Amino acid sequence: MNATVPVLTKKDFQTDQEVRWCPGCGDYAILSAVQAVFPDLGIPREKFVVVSGIGCSSRFPYYMNTFGFHSIHGRAPAVATGIKVAHPELEVWVATGDGDSLSIGGNHTIHMLRRNVGIKVLMFNNRIYGLTKGQYSPTSEFGKKTKSTPFGSAARPFNPLALAIGAETTFVARSIDVMQQHLKETLKKAAAHKGAAYIEILQNCNIFNDGAWQYLTEKDSRSEHLVQLEHGKPLIFGKNRDKGIRLNGLDLEVVQLGNGVSEHDLLIHDEQYRNPAYAFLLAKMEEMPGFPTPVGVFRSWNDFPRYEDIMANQIKDVVTKRGAGDIDKLLRSGDTWEVR
Amino acid sequence: MATITDAVESKPKRQVIERAVVRFCGDSGDGMQISGSQFTNTVALYGNDLATFPDYPAEIRAPAGTLPGVSGFQVQFSSSDVYTPGDAVDVLVAMNPAALKMNIKDLKKNGILIVNNDSFTDNDLRKAHQATNPLEDHSLDAYRVFPVQLERLTQAALEELGLDAKSMNRCKNFFALGMCYWLYNRPMDHTYRWLDDKFKSKPLLAEANKRAMKAGYSYCEATEAFQVSYEIPPAKLAPGVYRNLSGNQALAMGFVVAARQAGLQLFLGSYPITPASDILHELSGYKNFGVLTFQAEDEIAAITSAIGAAYSGALAITTTSGPGMALKTEAMGLAVAVELPIVICDIQRGGPSTGLPTKTEQADLLQAMFGRNSEAPIPILAASTPGDCFWIALEASRIALKYMVPVILLSDGYLANGAEPWRIPSLSEIPQIPVHFVTDPQGFLPYKRNPQTLARPWAIPGTPGLEHRIGGLEKQDVTGNVNYEPLNHEKMVRLRAAKVEAIGQDVPDVEPAGDAEGNLLIVGWGSTYGSITAAVKAQRAAGRRIGHVHLRYLNPLPRNLGQVMERYGKVLVPEMNMGQLSMILRAKYLVDVEGYNKIQGQPFKQAELEGKIEEVLSCGAVGAWKNGR
Ligand SMILES: Cc1ncc(C[n+]2csc(CCOP(=O)(O)OP(=O)(O)O)c2C)c(N)n1
Ligand code: SF4
Ligand SMILES: [Mg+2]
Repeated sequence: MNATVPVLTKKDFQTDQEVRWCPGCGDYAILSAVQAVFPDLGIPREKFVVVSGIGCSSRFPYYMNTFGFHSIHGRAPAVATGIKVAHPELEVWVATGDGDSLSIGGNHTIHMLRRNVGIKVLMFNNRIYGLTKGQYSPTSEFGKKTKSTPFGSAARPFNPLALAIGAETTFVARSIDVMQQHLKETLKKAAAHKGAAYIEILQNCNIFNDGAWQYLTEKDSRSEHLVQLEHGKPLIFGKNRDKGIRLNGLDLEVVQLGNGVSEHDLLIHDEQYRNPAYAFLLAKMEEMPGFPTPVGVFRSWNDFPRYEDIMANQIKDVVTKRGAGDIDKLLRSGDTWEVR
Repeated sequence: MATITDAVESKPKRQVIERAVVRFCGDSGDGMQISGSQFTNTVALYGNDLATFPDYPAEIRAPAGTLPGVSGFQVQFSSSDVYTPGDAVDVLVAMNPAALKMNIKDLKKNGILIVNNDSFTDNDLRKAHQATNPLEDHSLDAYRVFPVQLERLTQAALEELGLDAKSMNRCKNFFALGMCYWLYNRPMDHTYRWLDDKFKSKPLLAEANKRAMKAGYSYCEATEAFQVSYEIPPAKLAPGVYRNLSGNQALAMGFVVAARQAGLQLFLGSYPITPASDILHELSGYKNFGVLTFQAEDEIAAITSAIGAAYSGALAITTTSGPGMALKTEAMGLAVAVELPIVICDIQRGGPSTGLPTKTEQADLLQAMFGRNSEAPIPILAASTPGDCFWIALEASRIALKYMVPVILLSDGYLANGAEPWRIPSLSEIPQIPVHFVTDPQGFLPYKRNPQTLARPWAIPGTPGLEHRIGGLEKQDVTGNVNYEPLNHEKMVRLRAAKVEAIGQDVPDVEPAGDAEGNLLIVGWGSTYGSITAAVKAQRAAGRRIGHVHLRYLNPLPRNLGQVMERYGKVLVPEMNMGQLSMILRAKYLVDVEGYNKIQGQPFKQAELEGKIEEVLSCGAVGAWKNGR
């Protein structure tokens, strides 16, 4: 058999279905990035399965010319686990929203991640319930006024990546809908990862939560508020790249470069750092005043066994030890007696 | 029929009788389930027909000696047919006052009562809320009472082994078992072997239990406590090789075999719940058959992972009980919409809510029928005996795969834990299950149906050229594209219903057992099979004209059921619920069926059913329901 994969293009991953997101929705940019990255992965198209829950973001599979499953609200990680465990050779991606993944599907999300099933989760975080027209979500900021919280939400939001790191997810990253190049690079890194990957994609819902990420996307403010995580490089940000992040005891601090403070004093990013506390520190940084929001790969451990491989190996081991199951023997197992 | 209580002496000291019912009862820590199942396996190996009824509390260990902590195991065995574990008990083994109090009402007059009188101290009596000692207050005068110092005698037998008092005390159930072996002239070697295997790494405990059992046996021999022992010859079962099988074991094996016959990998998504967990345990041990078992984070993940596995080409099943069934509701609707084959097993228990986790009930039928949003019909099958669970697993799988539908399989706590001798089929008796994956992209459309079955094609990921999208949104007929048009929606709703109806072509016509026409038809389903069969046999022997239909297919119903009901004057529907099948039959056939409903967490007794049959046949005009139609 010829093992070479046919050359695929972005067009091969587009469907004839009319895309039904609102004009200007950030989901378009995410779709475009995924369609651009998939052809380059060297994987035959029929091996891709895109699974989703319910929400605007979860319409994603209809627009991807792969195998696709638009399931029910919150359950995509479980559906995807069934697919991946039964067929570990498939390339399974989940498209989900902040409500889908962290509210109704929170339980499935953390369990899929802690099992390290080889599934890539794209979590479209628009900090709102889009499809149901604008209620606050588990990532909406405290005090947010929405249709369901006219006097401000009373609930503290989830930090999605802190949650994923808490579940010891082996690949955790963040990108932004409008940072196309960065998003594509991040998707490629996720694709190269074997185990579970959780990628938060900050997405604009221009209808119900317009500008939620403006401070991270607008040209003027962007560089002051964003720090790019690059493996082996110091954490530097600011319009003039004159600020950095430094470790101070068990805390991080923002320092001004110059005046005796050089790049060598800064935190050098290590995405393979063994202690999850490190990635957790990075994830929590944006919550502190004066600190930027990190984007990029927070953590990437590729030496953890995948759930589906452990399951398959167990079967192999037992077959080696006991021999392949014999139905006749199975039926006759235990004590038997004969009636003549 | 001859029983112990009215047996005719054939030889001094040993009587041949036809059947016996033995119940072991004690504290849940007393090992009654073990004594019961050992006794059962031994009589099974000897060739008796039998049925068992383990009845245990929901609490793992309620406070020792209390009424809620009582656990029991009943077995009826015979040289002729056995349909139920028996109404009344010939031999009752009671380990403490609480067990005695809870169980004595079921002992036959003049029946044998073996009591452990070491546990009748004031304190024991208080825990059982007994004001007086039943061993002394003449309340047991109607029985043949054998007080035995089970604890002291067991300790004496184990003296030399150097065990602590607690470990010695734990062996007393084997002393009682040994007594029962003597009483029914049964060899102990099967239990010896079992003990050797069970305590492989603790040979001292194996030895202790063996000694206790031998001591119980010798005690009977030496003291001549019982003037007689009994002999129940082997039953004339159909020729073949037999084993003892519980409903849950049978289901697990049935699915392994179904997957093999279909050439598919078996995937189980499940979340532990009584009384379904044993299926998960059993299947988790069958890794050498390639079985994938996924203990999910909840019942929703259990079923949705199964849907994912079915989508990618496995024979996917999920197993649960009532509360878990409720959680699976939304996902069942998804399976209906995406038309993927899964089998959902509901091992029913008493409800509502957490209800009676360890007790049986049949009250999830309407949930199975209607428990989903909108029009979401699902075919339903129900097992009738523990052994039937094997065959029904195969049939449920076959229907799911042939029609590309989710199928609900109903069992219950009584079938799940009860056991019966099961004739082991040869592989050639088990049908193949044909499965077809589409591979040809030419003309492929995800919702183009097989005209005969209305099944859509099974197109699994990994097949080049078949990339397509499915989901819970309404789909356009044939193409499967998302579609909200009014007429298309109605068409799809009707198609999904028609597909379930089409399964009717595979449902055999019912043929009533007993009289083909007559005064009364009993329509049952599920685990009431044994009691109804026994009651109908007895009543027909008494000259009544009765037919019995036991429904294996509850949706769709057998196509001739309406006509069959017409052939009888009255229709009686016994159910362990408030009348759920009755409601369906009334709605579908406009038949004025009469319900007989018991909702006590306990199966029907034969005598209860016979009483009801007599009542129904003695009052009211026969055929009254047909008037005015
Ligand atoms: C069981 C269930 N409950 C509620 C809904 C309604 N619902 C649909 S999408 C949604 C929230 C979606 O929010 P999010 O996941 O953030 O997706 P977005 O639309 O913002 O992309 C809700 C509550 C549903 N479809 N199913
Ligand atoms: S509501 Fe918001 S998230 Fe949904 S499609 Fe419109 S812009 Fe996008
Ligand atoms: Mg959202």
